[in-house]
Amino acid sequence: MTVLSNTEENIETRTANTVRSAPAPRRRKPLGTRAYKTFRVAALVAVVLFLVAPLFWMLLASFKTNVDIYDTGKSFFFTPTGENYANVLQRNNYFVFIFNSFWVAFVSTVLSLVLGVPAAYAMSRFTMHRSALVVLMARVIPGVSLLVPWYYVFSNLKMVGGFEVLILSHMFVSLPLIVYIMMSYFDSLPLELEESAQVDGLTPIGAFRRITLPLSVAGMATAGILSFIFSWNNFMFALVLSGSKTKTLPVAIFDFVSYASIDWGGLMAAATVVTVPIMIIALFTQKYIVSGMTAGATKG
Amino acid sequence: MSVLTPPRSAQSQPPSGRNARSASGARENFSAWANRHRKWLFAAPAMIFVGVLIIFPLAWTLYLSLTDSQGSVRAASEFVGLENYLTVLSDVERFWPAVGRTLSFTGVALVCEVVLGMCIALLLWRPFRGEKWVRVAILLPLVATPVAVGMMWRLIFDPNIGFVNQLLGMVGIPPQPWLSGQDTALGTTIFMDVWQWTPMVVLILLAGLTSLSEEPDEAARMDGANAFQRFFFITLPLMMPTVIVAILLRGIDALKTFDILYATKGKGGGSFHEVETLNVYAYGLSFDYNQYGLSSAVLILFFMIIIGSMWLLTMRKKAVSK
Repeated sequence: MTVLSNTEENIETRTANTVRSAPAPRRRKPLGTRAYKTFRVAALVAVVLFLVAPLFWMLLASFKTNVDIYDTGKSFFFTPTGENYANVLQRNNYFVFIFNSFWVAFVSTVLSLVLGVPAAYAMSRFTMHRSALVVLMARVIPGVSLLVPWYYVFSNLKMVGGFEVLILSHMFVSLPLIVYIMMSYFDSLPLELEESAQVDGLTPIGAFRRITLPLSVAGMATAGILSFIFSWNNFMFALVLSGSKTKTLPVAIFDFVSYASIDWGGLMAAATVVTVPIMIIALFTQKYIVSGMTAGATKG
Repeated sequence: MSVLTPPRSAQSQPPSGRNARSASGARENFSAWANRHRKWLFAAPAMIFVGVLIIFPLAWTLYLSLTDSQGSVRAASEFVGLENYLTVLSDVERFWPAVGRTLSFTGVALVCEVVLGMCIALLLWRPFRGEKWVRVAILLPLVATPVAVGMMWRLIFDPNIGFVNQLLGMVGIPPQPWLSGQDTALGTTIFMDVWQWTPMVVLILLAGLTSLSEEPDEAARMDGANAFQRFFFITLPLMMPTVIVAILLRGIDALKTFDILYATKGKGGGSFHEVETLNVYAYGLSFDYNQYGLSSAVLILFFMIIIGSMWLLTMRKKAVSK
C-alpha cells in the first residue's frame, strides 16, 4: 500500500498526479453524411450570427452620432466618431462608476470565498444537504422581497448609499453561487488524499488547509470569476441600495435615459463600457466559466 | 489498519505532567476543539450570514403582508389580517394577469431555451473546425450585463430606428411596435431572454452529453436505428436528469426576471403594463406606490409559486433518476 509516505512534498506531487490523470472527456469521432456536414456548418454559422450580431449592432451604434443612428441609410456605412465615449468617460464620470462596480464585485467575491469555501467543504464532506439548502434558498427568493426590509434596516443604520451595504447585498448573490460550485468541486475531490495526510500526522483542519485548499485553487478560481461576473452584472440591489457616490455601472447606464428622450449614442457607448471589461475577463477565463456554469449539472 | 481514525489525539493533547494552563496547552486545546467541531465551525458563518439576510426579511415580509403598511415603512400600521391577500387574490386587473405573464414568460422562455439549447448542443457534440469561435460566441451573451443587453435590444426593436423594422421594411412588412405593443411586448422580452440564456442551457446539456456512455448508442446503431430513433429513444431518456437540472436552474431565474424588463420598459420606456410580471408588479407596489402591505402579500404568494414549482420539478427529477 502506497498511501503512507512521510514528506509533504511527496503527498503533494502524488495528489497532483492523481488529479491530473483523471480521464479526459471522451470525444466522438466526427461522422455523418456530407449533407449533414453542410447542414451543420450552416446551422452553426446561423447560431453564431444570432448570438453575436446584436452585440455588434450595439458596438456600431456606439460609434455613431445620434443623427446617424436616426438615419436608416447609414446603418453600416458612416463616419465613426469617438464622441460618445468621450462623453461617457469624461462628462459622466464613468471612471468612478467603473471603480465602484469593480470594488463592490471584488470585495464581495473575496468575502464570499472566505465564508463560502469552508462552508462548502463541510457541507460536501459531511453531506449536510439540509444546511446547504438554507444557503441555496438565497438563489430562489425573489430579490424584491428582501429589498424592503433591507432598505428599512440599512437606512436606519445610515448605511444606504455606502459601499458596505452594496457589498453585503452582492455577497448575498455570490455566496450561494460559490457554495454551490465549491460543493460539487469538493464532491469530486477524492477523500483519500486527506485521509492519508491525516495518517501522516496532520490534523483534520491542517489537512484541509495544506492539502485540500491548494488542490481546489481551480475550483475557487471558477467560483470567484463567476461570482465576480454576477456581482458586476447585478442591477436590482444597486438600484435601491446605492447612493450617488456608490452607483455601479448597470445603474449608471440609466443616466442616458430621460423620460423625454434617449441619447442613443451615449447609451450604447455606456452599455459597451459595462459589457466589454466583463467579456474580456470571460474570454481569458473561458474554461473556468464553462466548468462553473455546468457545475453539478451532470450528476443525476 | 484504519485510515479513518487519524492519530489526532497523540498530537493535540498536551503530554501529561506539563501545566495544562500554559499558553501552548490552551492553543492545543483550542485546536483540538476546533478540529472536533470543524463541521459547524466551517458551515456556520455562511449559514448565519445567509440566514440573517433571508429569515429576518422573510419574517418581516410575512408580517407586513398582514398589515396595511403604506407610505413610510416605519409609520405605525394596523394589523388587517388576511385582508391584503383577499384584495390581491380578487384583483383581476393586475395581479392575475401578472401571474399569467410570469408563468407564460417562464414557460415559453424555458421551452424555447431547452429545445434550441438541445439542438445547439447536439450540433456542438462532435468535434469540428472552428469550435473555439462558436464557444466564444456562446459565452458572450452569457456574461453580458443584462441591463446593457436590455438597452441594446431597446435600440434594435425601436419602432422608428430599430434594425428589426428596417429589415422587415426591406421585405415590405410594415413597422411593428415591438416593445410597446399590447400583444408583442411580452413575446419580445421572451425573445431577449432566449438570446441571453439559451447559451447556458447549451453548456449544461453539452456537459451532460459528453459524460454519456457511448455503448447504448453504439448498440442501437448496430441494430440499425437511425439518428432520430437513437436520439429520441436512447440519448434523450438518458439526458432527462440533466435536462431537468437545466430547467430548474433556468426556471428559478426566469421566474425572477427583472433587469431586462426594467431596462426595456422602465424609466423612459413607457409603462410596464404589457410586461408586468409578479416581480415587476411587487417592485412597483413597494418602491413606486409605497403599498408595502399589498406588495408583501404579492411577494409571499409569488414565493409560494416558486417553491411549489421547484418542488414539483425536484420530485420529477427524482422519479427520472430512478
